[in-house]
Amino acid sequence: MAETAVSCEGVSVRFTSERGTVTALQSIDLTIARGSFLTLLGPSGCGKSTLLRVMADLVAPTSGRVSVMGGAPQAARESRQIGFVFQDPALLAWRTVLDNVSLPLQVGGGKALPGARSPQELLSLVGLTGWEKAYPHELSGGMRQRVAIARALVSGPRLLLMDEPFGALDEITRDRLNEELLQLWETTGTTIVFVTHSIYEAAFLGQSVLLLAARPGRVRETVPVTLPMPRRLAQRETPEFVALAGHLRRVLETC
Amino acid sequence: MANPAETAPLGPVPGAFAEDAEADARFLARKRYLAWRRRLLPIAAILVFLLLWWQAVVQFDIKPFIAPSPVAVAHVLVERFDILMVNLAPTAIEAVCGFLLGNFAAITLATVFVYNKTSEEALFPIAVMVNTIPVVAKAPILVLLLGNGMEPKIAIAAIICFFPTLVNMTRGLRDVRAEQLELMRILSATSTEVFFRIRVPNALPYLFSALKIAASTSVIGAIVGEWIGSNTGIGALIIQATYNFDSPLLYATIVVGSTFSALFFGVISLAERSMLRWHTAHKDQ
Repeated sequence: MAETAVSCEGVSVRFTSERGTVTALQSIDLTIARGSFLTLLGPSGCGKSTLLRVMADLVAPTSGRVSVMGGAPQAARESRQIGFVFQDPALLAWRTVLDNVSLPLQVGGGKALPGARSPQELLSLVGLTGWEKAYPHELSGGMRQRVAIARALVSGPRLLLMDEPFGALDEITRDRLNEELLQLWETTGTTIVFVTHSIYEAAFLGQSVLLLAARPGRVRETVPVTLPMPRRLAQRETPEFVALAGHLRRVLETC
Repeated sequence: MANPAETAPLGPVPGAFAEDAEADARFLARKRYLAWRRRLLPIAAILVFLLLWWQAVVQFDIKPFIAPSPVAVAHVLVERFDILMVNLAPTAIEAVCGFLLGNFAAITLATVFVYNKTSEEALFPIAVMVNTIPVVAKAPILVLLLGNGMEPKIAIAAIICFFPTLVNMTRGLRDVRAEQLELMRILSATSTEVFFRIRVPNALPYLFSALKIAASTSVIGAIVGEWIGSNTGIGALIIQATYNFDSPLLYATIVVGSTFSALFFGVISLAERSMLRWHTAHKDQ
């Protein structure tokens, strides 16, 4: 059994607003091994994004214990072990591509980061060499998300959290980025937790798929994905993949 | 089983973007033509307007003290150029000083508002109330308070600039995308870093739209301030020319004041262009 990257024990999150209290997550127990690729799949409102934000120390759990890289989420965040990719690329419009990727090295004590990598090297890793001086508005949606991924990786994080990063992209771009992300995962060895509402994306990317049920958000089932790595898009046409996707769909319908 | 889309070589289709020197030349010529058109059209419109004005004065035999012909105005602009410039100088100094002071105060207060909601709730209604007082009513109050020198004029110009900048800057500093703030938290950025690397650059386009308004209104403020108890300045010259029924001088003074306003506006626009390259480029698309 590999070392643990993230563990949650009885994690609950409740939000209180004028319309009353909403239980976003209820007694979540899960363990994510270091170096693994886990996808979180569930209907909207099941708290997948909230769970990701709990791991990133953006949302504090109401009860339960969370440990990230052997410590509290806050310690993992402050030692810059966490990279986060949002659904919106959240690039700074006034910075060039290179300056956007360099941002994590310029703030929050990033100058003296031991695991930091060169922004140039990461841009070439995401296939954007030659676009260093471009501004975000000059890029396509897929390229912007590539910049966001390079930015998340530049500080050398050991845990990469991705919140529906390809949700707003067209299907062809999404497919290509899915393949590229798997290659990136293999070359960097980073633990990835990937939130999606696409059954195919969840099954294609993950070593296992964690299905969440909604209202309140809770773990429904963990489905291991046995498809061999490295995965190619054509594998989505194999009977094994079709059967897996069918199973995920049936479970999802009851969530 | 193999997906044909995957086996086909990717890359540009030959012939799809063939070189066509003639088409390129036609495209560039059209672009040049449109650029010239954009510059020349307003000039042509002004010339037609001046011509109509001149003809109206001649045809209807309008007395010079009611409305002078453009020729008479041009004559004054040349003949009494030194007097016009001597009077422009104090107005320009008051407008620019008021512009700097008013905007500096507005930016500072906007920063306080963003970090302290209570101060906004307490002070913003007062700012709104001061803004509702007409300039002609503010002017005598400030002359009584600050005397007859340049100070009350600078104060009026500053007050007039203050409000649009306060509103825009507060909005620009505050309307930051939630993801960008979350990103900075993930990066454990300090609040100073969030301010200078996210909030300030985000507010710049808002700030410049306010500064462009302020550039013209600060000149108006200074001129109105000079209407009350002043011997020099564009405003004083306007009053003097009106009382003397010297309408060619009145019109020439207005031309000088407006030209200065337009130049001030142009300087701010140029600054905006160079500082917000990422933003103006975006707008052009």
